[in-house]
Amino acid sequence: MSAATLAGLTGAVLAGLGLYGFIIHPDPLRRVLAFNVLGSGVFLLFGILARRGAAAGLLADPVPQALVITGIVVAFAATALAVALLVRLSEETGRVGLHAEVPAQTPGDGADG
Amino acid sequence: MIVQVLDIGLVALLLTLAGWTILARFTFPAVVSYVAYGLLLSLIWVRLFAVDVALTEAAIGGGFTGVLLIAAASRLRTTTPTEQGPAAPLRWAVAVLSALATLALAIVVLLLPDPSPTLAPQAIDNIAITGLGNPVTAVLIAYRAFDTMLEKCVLVLAVVGVWSVASDRYWGGAPSAPRAVAQSGALTLFAQLLPPLGILIGIRIFWVGADEPGGAFQGGAILAAMWMIVMMASLGDAPAISKRWIRIAVVAGPIVFIGVGVLGFATAGGFLAYPAGIAKTVIIFVEIFMTLSIAAALPMLVAGPPIQAPRL
Repeated sequence: MSAATLAGLTGAVLAGLGLYGFIIHPDPLRRVLAFNVLGSGVFLLFGILARRGAAAGLLADPVPQALVITGIVVAFAATALAVALLVRLSEETGRVGLHAEVPAQTPGDGADG
Repeated sequence: MIVQVLDIGLVALLLTLAGWTILARFTFPAVVSYVAYGLLLSLIWVRLFAVDVALTEAAIGGGFTGVLLIAAASRLRTTTPTEQGPAAPLRWAVAVLSALATLALAIVVLLLPDPSPTLAPQAIDNIAITGLGNPVTAVLIAYRAFDTMLEKCVLVLAVVGVWSVASDRYWGGAPSAPRAVAQSGALTLFAQLLPPLGILIGIRIFWVGADEPGGAFQGGAILAAMWMIVMMASLGDAPAISKRWIRIAVVAGPIVFIGVGVLGFATAGGFLAYPAGIAKTVIIFVEIFMTLSIAAALPMLVAGPPIQAPRL
């Protein structure tokens, strides 16, 4: 198995792990972490496409690489915004959760967090 | 053979760290594990011969996201989580769903067409017009300049978003960058010695990015890291967000990029088109301001909203 295929399969596993964590964790900071793991898995899938696209004397196709670089920066910006919102929310309410005070909520209401 | 063993070892370590990030019981160990994960991930990118991506991942994915999350985790530690995760049956259902997603992606990876479609020949055929030598930089700043410009705007929006969650009484004041709890002599010395070298390295990485791995993102991230180190060692403070220079530094990159793009209508017949002959000069000009904006925006994103009242 080539290094590229191995990296692609790793990306698939990371995406699955991230998806799992993103759904099951009630703590929003853990969701942010899980979402980043999911994202890096997807980036690795771009990595295998880049590596397999090696041609014209290049060791990897530059287009997917550039997309991933842009993606990493945007993912960081989104993470920073999410963290700022979380920290503020906990300052205001003293809680880290996404649910309202009333415990009568259906589970899964925070899934779009 | 030995390389394959190393590859498999690297992947095993990476997956262990990712698993720990997701499954660890407490948040803080999960965050620490994620930082190590980000750094290892950049080694995988080196193995894929994507050095530009590896540099970006190490600096931003590992370094900056790491500082941001560690600071957030320690700020949130005082508030106790009250919510429990879903019950076991739902947990299993989610596990099966995630495993199916992994399986589907793995099948796609194994069934990719051979030979793979690629844009590498087109990237190389047209690179002479741009005057650049690094095809990744050419894609970022010439072929797909529109994406990069929008991404710069996203950074500005993120800074505005982070500042906007400040409470009213602190608006216009200074944020507090994450800093070491105990001031040690070693950290102070490190923060005094490293930045002069780091600034040179950052500028060099930006400069060689035209022809070799590197560029505005990677160079800007290193410059930003130097600023972060100075703030973390308490040798400098984060600027008040009402300061004009920090605002100009954050928006300079996108503004210059858009300005040059609009000029392209007059000089080269299209938005974000560069005039032939001096394309490289124009590209470097734009990249200087992009580097500056990245170096200003990243630490501001880590520092978070202002938490000190503005000095009048």
